[in-house]
Amino acid sequence: MYGSQALREAAEWVLARSPADETEVVLLGTDSQLTRFANNEIHQNVAERNVEVRIRTVLDKRVGVAAANALHPEALERALQQALDLTRQQPPIPDWPGLPSPEGEPSTVRGFSEETAATTPEDRARQVARVCRPAEEAGVIASGALETATQELAVANSHGVFRYYPATYADFVTVVMSDTGSGYAAGAHRDFSALDVEQLGQEAITKALRSRNPVDIEPGVYDVVLEEYAMSDILWFIGSLGFGARPFVEGQSFVSGRLGERVLGENITLVDDGLDEHALPLPFDFEGVPRQRLTLVERGVAKSVVWDTYWAAKVEGQKSTGHALPAPNPWGPLPLHMHLEAGTTPKAELVRQVERGLWVTRFHYTRTVHPLRVIVTGMTRDGTFLIENGEIVGPVKNLRFTQSYVESLNQVVALSAERRLLRGYAGATLVPAAVIRGFTFTSRTTF
Amino acid sequence: MNDLALRALDTARTLGATYADVRIVHRTTQFIRTRNGAPEAIEADESEGFGVRVVVDGAWGFASSHRLTPEEVDEVVGLAVRIAKASALVHKRPVRLGPPVTSRGTYQTPVERDPFTVPLEEKVALLLQADEEMRRVKGITIATANMVCIREHKVFANSEGALTEQTIYEVGGGIEATAIAEGEVQRRSYPNAFARHQVTGGYEHVLAWDLPGHAAAIAEEAVELLSAPVCPTGTFDVIIGPTQLALQVHESCGHPIELDRVFGTEAAYAGTSFLTPDKLYTFRYGSEAVNIVADATVPLGLGTFGWDDEGVPAQRVDIVKEGLFVGYLTSRETAQQLHELNPQAPPTSNGTMRADGWNRIPLIRMTNINLLPGEWDFEDLLADTENGLYLEMNRSWSIDDKRLNFQFGVEVCREIKGGKLGQLYKNANYTGITPQFWNSCDAVCNERYWNVWGTPNCGKGQPSQLAHVGHGAAPARFRKVQVFGTPAGR
Repeated sequence: MYGSQALREAAEWVLARSPADETEVVLLGTDSQLTRFANNEIHQNVAERNVEVRIRTVLDKRVGVAAANALHPEALERALQQALDLTRQQPPIPDWPGLPSPEGEPSTVRGFSEETAATTPEDRARQVARVCRPAEEAGVIASGALETATQELAVANSHGVFRYYPATYADFVTVVMSDTGSGYAAGAHRDFSALDVEQLGQEAITKALRSRNPVDIEPGVYDVVLEEYAMSDILWFIGSLGFGARPFVEGQSFVSGRLGERVLGENITLVDDGLDEHALPLPFDFEGVPRQRLTLVERGVAKSVVWDTYWAAKVEGQKSTGHALPAPNPWGPLPLHMHLEAGTTPKAELVRQVERGLWVTRFHYTRTVHPLRVIVTGMTRDGTFLIENGEIVGPVKNLRFTQSYVESLNQVVALSAERRLLRGYAGATLVPAAVIRGFTFTSRTTF
Repeated sequence: MNDLALRALDTARTLGATYADVRIVHRTTQFIRTRNGAPEAIEADESEGFGVRVVVDGAWGFASSHRLTPEEVDEVVGLAVRIAKASALVHKRPVRLGPPVTSRGTYQTPVERDPFTVPLEEKVALLLQADEEMRRVKGITIATANMVCIREHKVFANSEGALTEQTIYEVGGGIEATAIAEGEVQRRSYPNAFARHQVTGGYEHVLAWDLPGHAAAIAEEAVELLSAPVCPTGTFDVIIGPTQLALQVHESCGHPIELDRVFGTEAAYAGTSFLTPDKLYTFRYGSEAVNIVADATVPLGLGTFGWDDEGVPAQRVDIVKEGLFVGYLTSRETAQQLHELNPQAPPTSNGTMRADGWNRIPLIRMTNINLLPGEWDFEDLLADTENGLYLEMNRSWSIDDKRLNFQFGVEVCREIKGGKLGQLYKNANYTGITPQFWNSCDAVCNERYWNVWGTPNCGKGQPSQLAHVGHGAAPARFRKVQVFGTPAGR
């Protein structure tokens, strides 16, 4: 780890030498190790130490960004000059709002675990063995990855902003394959010791055994139980296509012009909460603005979208909510910590609410078909089962779906009381399983 | 730099490695994007570091760092060795790499005009000119244009005596016009989907694409799409345009021939493959019109280089010959495993191991997976198609984890009636099963219509890696394909 002092010194070195009207320095230190296994053995095992320095300079509303991956003065000087050169050579951005000022302090949240930071290759190998050996004994094949990482984010700018936040995470994913079926499990936590790798492995092994010898099933419209893994995909598309300021302002979001209206089912309450200590928090954004806990949807009614400085300036009275991504980027601000409010039904009892339908573990290779309606296509994967009369009766072959996720979140009839934490891009999702009516499967595959 | 590489190899040997390789990589990237008449992103990135891969106790370890100092090299090699020993705790079969690789030499992408010597103002002006042309068209809400220039300098050395040095240049770019009306967003891109074509080469190729010269046409088509009827649903003969067919090759041929997927080592992320080893030399992948090669030597391809990241020379190999499946993409280790299963398969790698930078291990990646040209002129192929649809330019793509069931959405769908292009439709999708689809191919256009298209965003691996790969393709016809339109409206 570099530590707060070293990153502050690097940032101040740049800020002191920059002649720009405004200057921003974003530093991201990474020390990550990942143990990957397949065929019940470790086959790839890697480590990375890196630091990224991103310098954004502004001169007369002209903006340029340069990045390097070293902190010594020569590298910082080269990156600063590069940013300045780019800035001077381009036309101005007419509606440039300026970099943020240091208004407010980010919440104090704990996201760092000493134990995770000190995890060794042997520690990870021992945990992986607790999946591979039971899989071998059960006659199935385990594959997956166990990652432990330390990340430090520091943001400073010439208006006096300086933020520093160290965090850790442990992330595990496994796919277990039998001769004709497969199972999946995943989980994340800031504390390596709190991640029950063995239990997750057992979950995937059990599902791989249960999903053997799947039968064909006709594509069509089915009621579904979607496990948390599938639901996290729905949240990602709903969040990225619907609740970022950019698609909202440009009329490309299903909530454009509809704040205050009911857009999802009354049992859907969705928050973006980057301050929850249980869910890989990040208390400020990549501009150093304190992150707000935002209710995006309350009992089906659209309440807000997330903002960064640039997009907030386009709307009178709007301020950044602390959701900027590293600049520059083509997406604008995004909700990275989507939490879907839990229901009251135990997950094991969700199946009782389906007379005839499908149990879906996860989705695979999902892509947007129609952005405004959030129509998405993808495949089921790693455990799809037929439900009849409230009970799982057996595995079925995988199906392709083409379905509006907005419509699906208007057709939720039950949410599980339990939620699972799943790691996503620079954040995490806290999500329950759900029963959804009328999910459209459009074609099938052969396994 | 070579001293650091040799130091890493010496240290690895001293610490007990039976094999070691090291890559020192310096990548420079310049990215420019404009949006509605103003620059949106002007960025220059540099990333430099080294990665060391070792075999100890028969298992792999890898460690990497951005600090290029002798002390850090020693520490990182020590970490790689420790990691390999930890791998050996849960490892069954010792790594076997086959014959040693001792390549030596240098390689540089041929460039007429180094893209990093072109003034930034010139690049921005070119993009803004195209942007303006798009926005002249009434009904265009968003106009974007982008350009990327990449230079990667890489030194590779291994403990068997290989030492290579390469400098790869890439240029990329494109434009996109977006029209938005109530309930509908329509986009048109040029020269490739998502406004990004990319090649290995110099700035001369960016100029050859003539982005401003194509801006008005795509903008007009984006606006026309808003009021176009939704694509009809049914079974149609289709002619698939070159950029969409390039992605079809990528997803339904390029990925399932990766031998690491076949052997299950990507199962937890990208998935496996329906092209199991028993199908090699026996499986009819496509019709006799289908000939596919993996060619890391073709000019301009994003998968064109001197040596792969195991030091194996770039080469061209057959993958599908007159419809028969005859080859995989291999590494040193997987070629050995395949040869054990089928002695007809070569025991040596065909040079496809590539890493996304200094901090990632090499994986089997596509080079340039090319559908070879056939004999048809495009006009003759159209004239030979009485009723059908022309589908081009991807806007949505998805395929299952064995690479069988696929579904693609396209920007452009035009009716073919009486051998001529007609009505424009919107929101077209087509779906199928890979071998059935390729066996329905009865015509591929000739070299006049053939181009190597760049795919700079191929994801694979944990931690994730993005590869830059190429696909040669020309328009081709497929019989009785399932097509459907997505309804319009919010």
